[in-house]
Amino acid sequence: MTAVAQEIQVLDRASEARSAVLRMVACGSVDDGKSTLIGRMLAETDSVPIDQLEYARRTRRGGSTIPVGEIDYSLLTDGLEAEREQGITIDVAYRHMDLPSSRRVIIADAPGHEQYTRNMAVAASTADVAVLLVDAARGLRPQTFRHLTVCALMGVTSIVVAINKMDLVGYEHATYEELSGGIRAAAARLGIDEVTVIPVSAMSGANVIESSSPDMPWYSGGSVLDALVNWEPVDEAKTAPFRLPVQMISRASSNFRGYSGTIASGEVRVGDDVVIADSGVTASVDRIVTADGDWPAASAGQAVTLLLDREVDITRGDLLCHKGAAATQPADRFAADLVWIGEEPLAHGRSYLVYVGPRVIPATVTAVRHRLDVVTGHHDAARVLEMNDIGRVELATDTPIPLDEYETCRDSGGFLLVDRVSSDTVAAGLTRHAMRRAFNVTPHDYAVDRDARMRLKGHDGKAIWLTGLSGAGKSTVADATAAMLHAQGVHTYVLDGDNVRTGLNRDLGFTPEDRAENVRRVAEVAKLMVDAGLVVIIALVSPYRADRRSARSIFEEGEFLEVFIDTPLEVAQERDPKGLYAKAAKGTLPNMTGVGQEYEPPERADVHLDGTADVAQSAEKLARAVLGE
Amino acid sequence: MREDSVLDALEAEAIHIFRETAAAFRNPVLLYSIGKDSSVLLHLAVKAFAPAPIPMPVMHIDTTWKFREMIEFRDRRAKELDLDLRIATNHEAIAEGVTPFTHGTHEYTRLMKTVALREGLDKYGFDAAIGGARRDEERSRAKERIFSLREPGHRWDARKQRPEFWRTTNTRLSEGQTMRAFPISNWTEMDVWNYIRRENIDIVDLYFARPRPVVDRDGVWIMADDERLPLAEGEEPQMRSVRFRTLGCYPLSGAVESEAADIDTLIDEMSQSKISERAGRLIDGEGGGSMESKKAEGYF
Repeated sequence: MTAVAQEIQVLDRASEARSAVLRMVACGSVDDGKSTLIGRMLAETDSVPIDQLEYARRTRRGGSTIPVGEIDYSLLTDGLEAEREQGITIDVAYRHMDLPSSRRVIIADAPGHEQYTRNMAVAASTADVAVLLVDAARGLRPQTFRHLTVCALMGVTSIVVAINKMDLVGYEHATYEELSGGIRAAAARLGIDEVTVIPVSAMSGANVIESSSPDMPWYSGGSVLDALVNWEPVDEAKTAPFRLPVQMISRASSNFRGYSGTIASGEVRVGDDVVIADSGVTASVDRIVTADGDWPAASAGQAVTLLLDREVDITRGDLLCHKGAAATQPADRFAADLVWIGEEPLAHGRSYLVYVGPRVIPATVTAVRHRLDVVTGHHDAARVLEMNDIGRVELATDTPIPLDEYETCRDSGGFLLVDRVSSDTVAAGLTRHAMRRAFNVTPHDYAVDRDARMRLKGHDGKAIWLTGLSGAGKSTVADATAAMLHAQGVHTYVLDGDNVRTGLNRDLGFTPEDRAENVRRVAEVAKLMVDAGLVVIIALVSPYRADRRSARSIFEEGEFLEVFIDTPLEVAQERDPKGLYAKAAKGTLPNMTGVGQEYEPPERADVHLDGTADVAQSAEKLARAVLGE
Repeated sequence: MREDSVLDALEAEAIHIFRETAAAFRNPVLLYSIGKDSSVLLHLAVKAFAPAPIPMPVMHIDTTWKFREMIEFRDRRAKELDLDLRIATNHEAIAEGVTPFTHGTHEYTRLMKTVALREGLDKYGFDAAIGGARRDEERSRAKERIFSLREPGHRWDARKQRPEFWRTTNTRLSEGQTMRAFPISNWTEMDVWNYIRRENIDIVDLYFARPRPVVDRDGVWIMADDERLPLAEGEEPQMRSVRFRTLGCYPLSGAVESEAADIDTLIDEMSQSKISERAGRLIDGEGGGSMESKKAEGYF
């Protein structure tokens, strides 16, 4: 066989393997008839052994109205002993179904009520298709939107909606049309492009296996089973970027050094130039070794061992990519969505272990930007995430790592947060984007550097961060301090929150998310000024600790001073220099700090100033702190 | 062919799990029960690490009541593959006279399998054990993880099981915890047979129909593998063409009458019958959730 023919054969085989196994998540509550639908599909595709069918004929749950002797399909998807006793379902169960086309369907059944989001997220994390049940009689419920949201979040873009219990609504076409329209609109908002809506009766079997039901002549589409048979994967292996997370180093002999792992995305050929994303070191692929002999190429899903043409330093957890623009750039700060599954809520500033495939690295959640309302899709203000919450956070890793965006590749963009003490998995994370690249924006080395500027000025650059309520006296103290420092030959600049908001940040409002972004931008500007050798005094309400902690995290040790202007709310309200408290009292300013939103005072400010004290004294105290006196 | 493609996907997943276990744990072990699933596991282990040898020891829990052919097969395979074979047996229980006939299947299994496994793992300090459990075997297995956490004392706690996302596994262990890994979780019994045929995997001959001396015990054919099987007054083993769907201790493994003497006829016969394989295992038949209660005690 020619090399080209062999290459085609290997890649075709990989593609067929990806299509031969369909991973499906089943969503919808027990009341919607999910167990019955799955049970019926399992039974009718001969995927259940006869002794289990017998069990489903003989056994009856309390309250069951199905006559003994007929199959209670819902019993086929029954699980743990404890659940049967307590009548609850604890966790995700996996079942297999063989379709007539010999396609294997692995069904992740995510039941449960309180733990729903967690279980759904687990089941959806590997799913290709979601089958979502809707009770025709009860219509679209919050639960329906929750399912859709979690599917969209976890990257399931092909959804089969079964409008169940059509028998209870007289098989009415209008009901179907109405529900179908509602579902499609919601899916479109979430960016789900493929939705099939099927009117079904799981009880009678209409449109479950066969697609022609005499009761619904108006429906000409396929059955639920047809949808699974006809599914074809969006095969992106050809266009998707190549990713191989290295699981282990194989040393079969002294001159054999192989890098083993499962290709997470894309394809690779012998002769390709690859880069170790972590170090930027490049090499080319010499051999692709498998137990069935060497291959000329390999693609997503295949477990292989690569040999490179030169000796390079690679360890477990490193990510191999194609050299060039498609390679993942390492970064150390990321925006990510977390599905919080730990019993203890997310602790700010606490160090967790991040697991990405074979990689393990310490990381800190530096900020919570918002919590997602999974029913409405709204972003709610939040500073903690509790079990079953989904929220957007900022993550800082101890060293830069090449983390992909989740959309690019689930395996190299999805991660786990693990508690160091209990070893429990506390969250699943979906990387949205890197916030600070470490390598692609290589800082240029200039002849006049920071040290040179500082020598010329005769002092270090510093960021003095004044936080406190509106009306606490931040601007006044900042102004007085700047004047005092200036008189002593210190180069200063005051970054005032209000001034910045009229220019750089005029697109931002006062929601917690916008406040976080406001703080981030101001911190970055301050950072540049500090680098230029200035003492920057920032006067910004910055009400949230997490945001201030993020701001501090971009500065060097000793470069950042957090100053709390401590003024009681009543005093600030009394002063009300901009009339904001008056507006808030009238209800026209819902996000006013101290009124509609909370102010989180610093737990340990570097400098604590009494906002009711004499301004000159405060300024002097601060100036001394700045000069390190 | 679709069937082959399914096997390709399952094989790649199993290799991934093998490699992850070998790389992420300090001292992993491959549990080997000599049965067909174990033979598949051994084959997958060879493929996962090729061209290097299997990088971990292999442990057999020997109750001393296995079929003689199984033990011969085990020792032959260990030699052929140059395995680091460890054997764990509860000698204390044997000295106390525990047999499948005297102690009832539940107690016998607890002492000879569960306790022996726990002791074997502790003796060598294994922190991860790879086993051949499949989700289609039994209803409660459907909820089993691929990486299944065991608490100190090897207890399995449903509520402590870690959710599994993508191909990323939390392999971290706290003091006293150990891990079980199941590379063929997503395989069905038919997948196992098809894979054995495709890869030409060596299995114990007991899986094929041969004339064997058997006695009828409550409607189940039990093979008189040695003189230890107590016979009733006047009871005489009869020769029947039988095969075994699962292999364990011979007094507890029921045979089925069959003419399937080679892998092709066996697969044909299997596709006709739809009884789940554990239905032939005497140890599972005690109450709906007995597998679960056994697991809670540390059974595999």
